[in-house]
Amino acid sequence: MQEVMKKRASELLADGTVVRVLGWKNGEFAYDPTPAVFQTVESLEAFVYNDFCASNLSKYLIKFLRQEGKTLVFLKPCDSYSFNQLLTEHRVIRENVYIIGVPCDGKVAEDKLREKGAEGILGIETEGDQIKVKTLYGDLDLNKKECLGERCLSCKSHQVVVFDEMLGENGEENPDCGRFDMVEKLEAMTPEQRFEFWRGELSKCIRCNACRNICPACSCEKCVFDNPASGISQKAAADSFEENMFHIIRAFHVAGRCTDCGECSRVCPQHILLHLLNRKFIKEMNECYGEYQAGAEAGSRAPLVNFTMDDCEPSIIYTKEAGK
Amino acid sequence: MQVNNEFRPKIVAFCCNWCSYAGADLAGTNRANYPADVKIIRVPCSCRVNPMFILRAFQRGADGVILCGCHPGDCHYTTGNYYARRRMTMLFSMLSYLGIEKGRTRVEWVSAAEGAKFAATMNEFVETITALGENKRLEDLRCKK
Ligand code: SF4
Ligand code: SF4
Repeated sequence: MQEVMKKRASELLADGTVVRVLGWKNGEFAYDPTPAVFQTVESLEAFVYNDFCASNLSKYLIKFLRQEGKTLVFLKPCDSYSFNQLLTEHRVIRENVYIIGVPCDGKVAEDKLREKGAEGILGIETEGDQIKVKTLYGDLDLNKKECLGERCLSCKSHQVVVFDEMLGENGEENPDCGRFDMVEKLEAMTPEQRFEFWRGELSKCIRCNACRNICPACSCEKCVFDNPASGISQKAAADSFEENMFHIIRAFHVAGRCTDCGECSRVCPQHILLHLLNRKFIKEMNECYGEYQAGAEAGSRAPLVNFTMDDCEPSIIYTKEAGK
Repeated sequence: MQVNNEFRPKIVAFCCNWCSYAGADLAGTNRANYPADVKIIRVPCSCRVNPMFILRAFQRGADGVILCGCHPGDCHYTTGNYYARRRMTMLFSMLSYLGIEKGRTRVEWVSAAEGAKFAATMNEFVETITALGENKRLEDLRCKK
């Protein structure tokens, strides 16, 4: 796939369709490819694409919003939802972007490989559902399914929803992904248990803001978390209240706009299960206001900027189900 | 808050200027009783209330927070309370999900003519919160003296 992508990128750069290519290049470690911009055919030498390329490129397009020329971007299914969401919010201009859709059957998480004993990772090769991980200490043959990142295990859709051309075959939605299973488990607990669970999770937060920085839905130019005068910009939470507040507000700000791309949980250095907060909102909105998938369609109106005359009352939360 | 070894809840009530605040006024002129534990904060519209306000109230020591606005359909700004309704539903859902006791937050629609309803709602809410006791799960110890 990498070579096909490189070839298309060189062609489009050479014939002037696009002036820059947004892709990935190797980062500090082989398992950590970083988003990169390529402006010449020669520089594409460094272009990489493999099963470690998990990062969502759509957010990086905001940077080119006011720049001349078209940008070529490679979008995986979950990234394409984010792209639509950014379109809806006028943070990217469709005409300025040339999208090549790449099918995806999941990305490999480095910590899963470590669990399987891979140290000193140098590279990865994929053959169908088998992966070959090259390490300093020799090659490891592993089953790809067992090494997928958490979010890929409950992927909502393998379909690229917006593209100019597609490399390979587009996938389909995956409604039976079971992405709300864990939310349901939590809902079935008593409030005390839930409180304990979330204390355990949220008290790990070091307020590095990575979850906010990576999020394609967090696209405001000025964020309260960037403002040192707000007193809440970037500091470790002093007590349980601050932990709660940051996470409630972060999740609330993206409620109805979160495409469930899973980037926040992926980048959290503390492995906090942030998607459980986002998915709670998604699930609750689906139940209260009808099914809605952010980013499935550009221009759709999110539940929280919409209403009907006979919406349920907030008290429904208290009466919904016993134990909730 | 403990007063003479007895728990007195601190309640913050966000009331919209056009209906509920006037409703509270009417409760006063009608001499309907409701506990002094309720502190009213006047807002232009129920929709003005950011989820952050509610969290802040808890941080600064509230034991219960109630939002009152015009009845759906009667908003002075036509649709403000419809948005507030969705927002609060989601906030309450999240609070409950995080393990905060049900009932610490509430939304009630009170019109300017409903002084009696205002007083009754507040009496009821104070009772609920007194039964729930002090807000421990959303407190900021630094703000408590
Ligand atoms: S990425 Fe994780 S540790 Fe960093 S601020 Fe977000 S939740 Fe906290
Ligand atoms: S909140 Fe997390 S899952 Fe949702 S759009 Fe942002 S990064 Fe993606």
